[in-house]
Amino acid sequence: MIEYLTDVFSNYTLRTVILGTSGLGIVSGALGVFAYLRKQSLVGGVVSHSALPGIVIAFLVTGSKAPSVLVLGAAIAGWLSMLLVNMITRTTRVKYDSALGITLALFFGTGILLLIRVQMAGMSKKAGLEHYLFGMAATMSHENVLVIGGLGGLALILMFVFWKEFKVASFDPDYTKSVGFSVHLIDTIITSLIVVAIVIGLEAVGVILMSAMVIIPAAAARQWTNRLSLMVLISAVIGAAAGVGGTLIGDSGHHLATGPLIVLTATALFILSLFFAPKRGMAIHWIRQWKRKRRMMHRQIPALLHDLMERTKTKDDGWTIDVIRGLSPYKSGIDRVLNHLKSEGLVQQANDLWFLTQKGVEYVGIDSKDHGG
Amino acid sequence: MDNKLPQSAIEITSLTVAYHEQPVLWDINLSIPKGVIHGIIGPNGAGKSTLIKAILGIVHPIAGQVKVFGEEYKKQRKRVAYVPQRTSVDWDFPSDVLDIVLMGSYGQVGWIRRPGKKEKKMAIEALEKLGLANLAHRQISELSGGQQQRTFLARSLVQKPDIYLMDEPFAGIDAKTEKTIISLMKELKNQGKTLIVVHHDLQTVREYFDWLTLLNTSIIAHGPTQEVFSDNTIEQAYGGQIQKHPSLV
Repeated sequence: MIEYLTDVFSNYTLRTVILGTSGLGIVSGALGVFAYLRKQSLVGGVVSHSALPGIVIAFLVTGSKAPSVLVLGAAIAGWLSMLLVNMITRTTRVKYDSALGITLALFFGTGILLLIRVQMAGMSKKAGLEHYLFGMAATMSHENVLVIGGLGGLALILMFVFWKEFKVASFDPDYTKSVGFSVHLIDTIITSLIVVAIVIGLEAVGVILMSAMVIIPAAAARQWTNRLSLMVLISAVIGAAAGVGGTLIGDSGHHLATGPLIVLTATALFILSLFFAPKRGMAIHWIRQWKRKRRMMHRQIPALLHDLMERTKTKDDGWTIDVIRGLSPYKSGIDRVLNHLKSEGLVQQANDLWFLTQKGVEYVGIDSKDHGG
Repeated sequence: MDNKLPQSAIEITSLTVAYHEQPVLWDINLSIPKGVIHGIIGPNGAGKSTLIKAILGIVHPIAGQVKVFGEEYKKQRKRVAYVPQRTSVDWDFPSDVLDIVLMGSYGQVGWIRRPGKKEKKMAIEALEKLGLANLAHRQISELSGGQQQRTFLARSLVQKPDIYLMDEPFAGIDAKTEKTIISLMKELKNQGKTLIVVHHDLQTVREYFDWLTLLNTSIIAHGPTQEVFSDNTIEQAYGGQIQKHPSLV
């Protein structure tokens, strides 16, 4: 293990990639929280797909494939796509989700068209633009890490600066307007930062999957906390963990692509959160439900036995578990509850037959009084 | 009230609001006096919430103007607090009650600066006023309808405004909260505040409101409640819906 870790840290390329992928995970995780809370998870998908024509055009115009140049092109295109979505929803009756779909199709279609045109012209080998479709973390350069760190760091700083504004506008936009903030301006800042969070991850994760990195860590983090600041922190940690995890699995030599591995690691963390988070997790929900059911059975089964006893007017008759199960609204777990009742001395067992004890009869009496007869 | 109108808190002239060419409010002329509890009633879709949002500059009218204490809303913003409909936000938001009430100070604090000790103290006072002090750190997703409403009211108290605009503050809350709210409203009125309240329960209109506007896209009637709240004006405002309205049967 230690040997493995030293290996990882002494390997310059791998170290660079891990820095980059964990950095993009932190930024997209943190800012994704605001997309999530504003129910704008689909925005990420539109921005990342729409970045593609920006990347190709940036290359065509400058002839350069430097990350800073291509990221700038991606950011401009991603940002224009959001402008178009706003324009469509403001000036037409087309609904928001349709506007997102239309914009994505327009930009991504154009991007694919241009990308194939560049490929046909034989320029793509030189540019490596097709990496941006599915991502290519393994070739991440030092400059790319600097872009992630620089732009991502700036985005995070702005998030802290406008924290209060982001919070109130995400919770209650009408109220925010009423106290004098321009919600339009706040929206523009949040959207711009989400655009930044997405475009810095495109080379590693690709335009198709990058949107997942603004949705999944945030959705996972929501399961763990009810505090906005903690949610942003947890989401950033999950994003970083996905980046590191995906990179290490990709590096383990099974010819697996890092980009999809990062997204799948994030998804795995999301599923874990969904099941095992305290309070919101499904596991705790199931446990509570089961406990509630057991409590109900604990009351219902002695009452049922008592009822049978009254009807047959004898104290000596016992009933088989099948009879009890047939009469009880609960069909499973009856034997377990009976054994528990036995350990409390409320019922007795002889052969296959179950009886209510005197203590059990009293318990039913008290219980029915307690619960209004 | 005699015939002499008190000085107005809000003055609306020829206000028209439309969504996609469909008028929601049509040629509204309205003068809301200072220091009253003013009800706005009317059927669903009558434009009650839109009227409040137009006063606050949240929706933009296609014609007309709104004056608050004789000036544009922008200039008097700090004297006005908005209490939105409880159901207009998603309460499954990662925050506690104190957090939300503290938002009442954001307008005063302005861009970027954070609320400090003074604001926190004001928020806690507002919480106490509404009997929420023990819920300060309760997650808002765990609040009952009445507690949500009181949270919003506490937030508006922090603003220390002269005018309160409340959208359906009595909708879907328990009787105890309703009592708390109405007595708070009366207390604020006695301090000279103006309260403008969108309301839906016709049975309590006479009891709650000094002044009243009956609205159905345009104004049906407007004035002191005992003068304008009659079978005739209700019929005009609610039209065919009157038979269906259970509180009137």
